[in-house]
Amino acid sequence: MTWRVALVGIVALAVAAGPWVTRVQAAGEIFIPLLVYRTGPYAPNGIPIANGAIDYFTLVNERDGGVNGVKIAFEECEDQYDTKQGVECYERLKTKNPVLVNPYSTGITYQLIPKAPVDKVVVHSMGYGMTATADGRWFPWVFNFPMTYWSQASAFVKYVAAQEGGMDKLKGKKIAHIYHNSPYGKEANPTLEELARRHAFELTLLAVDHPGQEQKATWLQIRRLNPDWIYISGWGVMNQVAIKEAAAIGFKMDRVVGNWWTGTEVDVIPAGDAAKGYKSMNFNAPGAGFKVHQDINKFLYDKGKGAGRRDGIGEVLYNRMVVNAMLNVEAIRTAMTKHGNKPLTGEQVRWGFENLNLTEKRLEELGMKGMMRPLRVTCENHEGNGQAFVQQWDGKKWNVVSDWIEPIREVVRPKLEAAAVDEAKKLGYTMRDCAKEK
Amino acid sequence: MIYREAGQFKTSYASDQAVFPIVQDRVFVLAAVVAAFVVPPLVAGDYWLQAILIPFLIYALAAIGLNLLTGYAGQLSLGTGGFMAVGAYSAFKLTTAFPQLSIIAVFLLSGLAAAAIGLLFGIPSLRIKGFYLAVATLAAQFFLIWLFNKVAWFTNYASSGTITAPDRTVLGVTVTGPNAPAAARYVMALAFVAVFALVAKNLVRGRIGRSWMAIRDRDIAAEIIGVRPLRTKLLAFGISSFYCGVAGAELVFLYLGSAETLAFDINQSFLVLFMVIIGGLGSILGSWLGAAFIILLPIFLTRLPHSLGLTMSVALQKQIELMIFGGLILFFLIVEPHGLARLWQIGKEKLRLWPFPH
Repeated sequence: MTWRVALVGIVALAVAAGPWVTRVQAAGEIFIPLLVYRTGPYAPNGIPIANGAIDYFTLVNERDGGVNGVKIAFEECEDQYDTKQGVECYERLKTKNPVLVNPYSTGITYQLIPKAPVDKVVVHSMGYGMTATADGRWFPWVFNFPMTYWSQASAFVKYVAAQEGGMDKLKGKKIAHIYHNSPYGKEANPTLEELARRHAFELTLLAVDHPGQEQKATWLQIRRLNPDWIYISGWGVMNQVAIKEAAAIGFKMDRVVGNWWTGTEVDVIPAGDAAKGYKSMNFNAPGAGFKVHQDINKFLYDKGKGAGRRDGIGEVLYNRMVVNAMLNVEAIRTAMTKHGNKPLTGEQVRWGFENLNLTEKRLEELGMKGMMRPLRVTCENHEGNGQAFVQQWDGKKWNVVSDWIEPIREVVRPKLEAAAVDEAKKLGYTMRDCAKEK
Repeated sequence: MIYREAGQFKTSYASDQAVFPIVQDRVFVLAAVVAAFVVPPLVAGDYWLQAILIPFLIYALAAIGLNLLTGYAGQLSLGTGGFMAVGAYSAFKLTTAFPQLSIIAVFLLSGLAAAAIGLLFGIPSLRIKGFYLAVATLAAQFFLIWLFNKVAWFTNYASSGTITAPDRTVLGVTVTGPNAPAAARYVMALAFVAVFALVAKNLVRGRIGRSWMAIRDRDIAAEIIGVRPLRTKLLAFGISSFYCGVAGAELVFLYLGSAETLAFDINQSFLVLFMVIIGGLGSILGSWLGAAFIILLPIFLTRLPHSLGLTMSVALQKQIELMIFGGLILFFLIVEPHGLARLWQIGKEKLRLWPFPH
């Protein structure tokens, strides 16, 4: 009986003591919360992302002594890719005055979009989240550069057209979109539908329910339909299963193209040789051959300060997060040109995001020349002028197989602006006048 | 000592049948409710309100709802997530279609909508029982989620496929939407769960509750003594779904702010069922304790190593949390299969005799 009482006592004490103890962040730092998922069903995707962020921020602190002398403080919080846990993490880390947040989950991004202007925290959903937020006149606090799902879908259609021999050759072609049945997966549908109307290709939309382990019915339909091209918007286990199923029905792998969340090492390796030839979109070059990787090796891994394993450097998602962290840092640096080299507020960092102008020269200085395209963000356009390319899996690594593809902006942008009005009205926002912003 | 009832005489039926017949209980509960209304909004920060207290209150309401059905009426249900989704989506449709309608009325009406759906999916309970009924309610769960995902009308054809809580006010204070202060949303959630907990407590003490328990304990005997199974079981499904529906509406409007169908997936049904089982089947107090156990304990466990000054990777921390949490569930179920409420009951009996047990 007594041990039972003791145990209950310990638990009660722990429960009572837990939330009161918080580490105070040192003055003179900029705090960035890291919502990570190193456990749970999406851990294979979450681990390289989390390691990329820590490695780049640590690199900036170790190599450069911070951003213009201001160190970056960060803290991880495990959310298991679960929206409710993510919100709990965000609220917990919010007490440390973060300036920006990278949610890395569509569900969590949707939660944070309405909170951003209230909490004065920039939401940077890089290549995910809500496409409509790319209209900065309605959503000043949310950024999704370098590119949105809609731009990506249009770039995919352009790629298909290029392979078929021109936009006019799209007529009568059959394209199937296999998507995760969630707001994320549905994102590409309006753009694909619009382009199908314009270019008279036949579009079939096939939903796969979360988590996507069961896709037999979907691929049976594919077999019956025999499409010319397949576009996949998946995440986590759905990707592996889709690629395996495509191989199982003998579909031509080089005509299956995933979006940029459907083309990582963990997606193709389980399918083995069958995945050879599989393609996916991307906006950050894969591989560990860039100068920034040498720096990461030299300053972190050689000194035992790396966040992960050395062979994880250069994975698709690792590189994506390195690019993401770089963009965060450069936005902060941009903000410092106006507000001085000191710890900044969320409001000031927001200005930096909005006036970010990443040149080829700057990319070279950062050791990332060729890893991504130069980028310019404006008040109206929070998507920036990003472009995507297609990469192909050769059984061992990803290779870039296309040039940078410019999205069909004249189709995407008007639809995006209309959607922004819809979404912003739901939140009761008013449009700001970008001419008045300085 | 503190529970000594010497001198408390019950001189009327009313005092003998009170919700809390012991004066100390009455005083304590009253004080706790008043404190809950006053203290956290003044003292607690956004993190406490938003991330801990609000979800706790909402899940407590859902757990009370399921406890009425599973704990009192003995009908095992895995459709809780679906019924919560009905509440959330009807609240969204109602408040966007009739923005003038008071948000309180919207919550109550969406509860009624959920009750109607609950009645519909309760019909199989007349023929099938136990695990088979659980499978039938599972169908409700999957069908409802599929429906909300499939039919764009439910989300007002939003391109994102999510529902978002608009700003709504009660007595001039914004209580829903991103601009609502956490304290206002907390008080709103607390008011709902306090009123409905009291209603539930009285329901289960009265004729309805007794007929539920009769059905639960032996349905044939209950039928013979004049309890109509059709009415009783459907009533349980209806009232339980009403509670779950209101909780679902609150989940989106007071807690998450915006949600997709994934917020109401099968895991929600399991979560609420676990709350009821761990808290104690057939106990309103148990619903509270179960919700506290499932919602609060993981958060505290996550923060435990940090507050003890240990530094470890977040992944390891999460794994340890899951292990300890799982271990505690096993521990409590082995020590007391009737749930945390039973532990409290035993403790209370001892306290009433202490310090002179006989």
